[in-house]
Amino acid sequence: MTGPAATRFPHRHLLGIEGLTAGEISLVLDLADGYVEHNRKPVVKESLLHGRTVMNLFFENSTRTRTSFELAGKRLGADVINMSVDASSVKKGETLIDTAATLNAMHVDALVVRHSESGAVKLLSDKVNCAVINAGDGNHEHPTQALLDALAIRRRLGRLEGLIVAICGDILHSRVARSNIHLLNAMGARVRVVGPPTLVPSAIERLGCEVHHTMLSGLKDADVVMMLRLQNERMSGQYVPSTREYFYFYGLDYEKLAVAKPDAVIMHPGPMNRGVEIDSEVADDLKRSMILDQVELGVAVRMAVLDILTRDRRGAN
Amino acid sequence: MSTRVAYVNARLLDPATGLDAPGALLTDGTRIADLGPRLFNDGVPEGIEVVDVRGQCLAPGLVDMRVMVAEPGNEQKETIKSVSRAAAAGGVTSIVCLPNTNPVRDDVSGLEFLARRAREVRLVKVFAYAAATRGAQGSEITEMGLLSRAGAVAFTDGIRAIESAKVMRRALSYANGFGKLIIQHPEEPSLASGGMMNAGEIATRLGLTGIPREAEIIMIERDLRLVELTGGRLHFAHVTTSESVDIIRRAKARGLAVTCDTAPHYVALTETDVGEYRTFAKVSPPLRGEMDRRAVVEGLADGTIDAIASDHIPQDQDYKRLPFGQAEFGVIGLETLLPLTLELAHKKKLTLLQALACVTCKPADILDLPAGRLAKGASADLVVFDAEVPWTVDPSTFKSKSKNSPFEDRPVQGRPLRTVVDGRTVWQAEG
Repeated sequence: MTGPAATRFPHRHLLGIEGLTAGEISLVLDLADGYVEHNRKPVVKESLLHGRTVMNLFFENSTRTRTSFELAGKRLGADVINMSVDASSVKKGETLIDTAATLNAMHVDALVVRHSESGAVKLLSDKVNCAVINAGDGNHEHPTQALLDALAIRRRLGRLEGLIVAICGDILHSRVARSNIHLLNAMGARVRVVGPPTLVPSAIERLGCEVHHTMLSGLKDADVVMMLRLQNERMSGQYVPSTREYFYFYGLDYEKLAVAKPDAVIMHPGPMNRGVEIDSEVADDLKRSMILDQVELGVAVRMAVLDILTRDRRGAN
Repeated sequence: MSTRVAYVNARLLDPATGLDAPGALLTDGTRIADLGPRLFNDGVPEGIEVVDVRGQCLAPGLVDMRVMVAEPGNEQKETIKSVSRAAAAGGVTSIVCLPNTNPVRDDVSGLEFLARRAREVRLVKVFAYAAATRGAQGSEITEMGLLSRAGAVAFTDGIRAIESAKVMRRALSYANGFGKLIIQHPEEPSLASGGMMNAGEIATRLGLTGIPREAEIIMIERDLRLVELTGGRLHFAHVTTSESVDIIRRAKARGLAVTCDTAPHYVALTETDVGEYRTFAKVSPPLRGEMDRRAVVEGLADGTIDAIASDHIPQDQDYKRLPFGQAEFGVIGLETLLPLTLELAHKKKLTLLQALACVTCKPADILDLPAGRLAKGASADLVVFDAEVPWTVDPSTFKSKSKNSPFEDRPVQGRPLRTVVDGRTVWQAEG
């Protein structure tokens, strides 16, 4: 049993799922549930964060996550600023520490950060005096993605506890996989990772999951099949011989899905490589695929996180 | 007449001869003139300066066989002057400098530059490795004969492994013609490239690219075959895995001309010290797990690992206050070498003399340096130290220009009180 939701969130930042309790996770999910309903109303603008500033600081390209955070901040009434720091201006010499000092001088209330290096968001959070939300750091964590995935599963299947969740594909380069493993473990789900041995990092089972190298064994009786993007852009060297071979053995199609539970749902954090890790037919199957639900719930989860992490400064705790 | 100094009321420690006895030592100019338990039993004659050691330890000055000096090229990290002051403050009287400067020290003029700067600074003895290959690029061997004549004590590409088996074979073979040793950074680059810390659970959890232990093991196994093939002499720097220790133990038993060292951080720390992305714990090779750490201690205890070198790699904040993956490798170690070596004795893993041998006569013997001994006629390179005094490591007080010590706030025991080079006191503790 994972127990009831916590009454307050005792962390200043959201840097990762590792270390959060089931109660703290439930707190975020319950609040996000409310925002889902709210977002479906005709007029969605709130004034909770009126006069507050949320900054999106993206050191790595992103469209969907940045947009999702932007929408979340705006719906709560905050001023949202997007600051894209491309690699070239970092090469001009400004270090992360310099950036932190600059941001402190700007007095933002919440900072949403994505960076290509694991641990970079933590480094920044040590140096700034506002709430920091990790929007993905290297191969480490992507906590809001795991939260929205959990919310999607909970809304569709009614629970997380006891479910068999298969996370498939490029585990090695995936911060989404790591955050999901931590979250699903905390909530009492059974996690499997499935992928070719070259894309499964060593000792991943120590994080609390079974390791499978075939879709047949990995997907057997699964309630949830979570596909990951083959992150070609993060790879140094060759991990799989070809996308054709990859799709043949690890791409999700109806044939492989047949061993999962009959009502098993399919997830993907996007953007998808159709025909590489997922067959279009499966991806677009409205009965099975939750890919668009994930996008919708992402906004709600990010609203909940912005709400919770700014409570202290708003005097709302 | 040269200056004569009598060090009286000392606990004389000479690891090379096993001497551990109360006594006195006399220096005459740059040399040790006499020493022993009965020396000056009848008082010190007129005309000799007397230093009362007050029962503290008097040992050969430490020999640190692995030190990076960033001059020329990166003087903001460390200069020959700052590294000499750090060494003196650490009780180290001889340092041997890696060739990884900018430009790489692969020619005679590079050696001459270092020697000239060391003479100007005139604190500790500065010995030099020359690169084994031009530019430490791993393809063409350097002019080892001329470099030997100009003072190179051995050949190594320093922080870079000699990757090509063919080049390693030639280097071992050719250097042997001049009686010189090759020193290898044992890490197979194609397995280690892009790696940030030891592969395993912690790297996976942190999302950092792992370096498998096998990168080290494979390189050591390969190179031992090449030693057998060539009859050359090889030294492995900083061994860190239990297999490395086992393999070298067996190679020594077979009679191969192979030696190795490790660094205090592989004895005192493990991969868990990376914590939440502490870049001061980013070293090459990476910190390993607890079983490997224990095997390294075992290797020191049974003599498989010959020496302890600080592996002093100064990195200033610009190279360390970065995301873990972007930060440079390396830690400073000159000013913690003595207490961390003594820690092995305090924890009863090694005797005091065994521990001291690892930082005095043994590295000196590997490199054939005239250092590391208390003997009549030897250079008067000495350290007076308190083996017991407890203190807490505070890098902000260090002489090194860079402060990248992973040992900050560590409680340690034992501290140098006075450092003597060629009979001259070059550093003394305050108070």
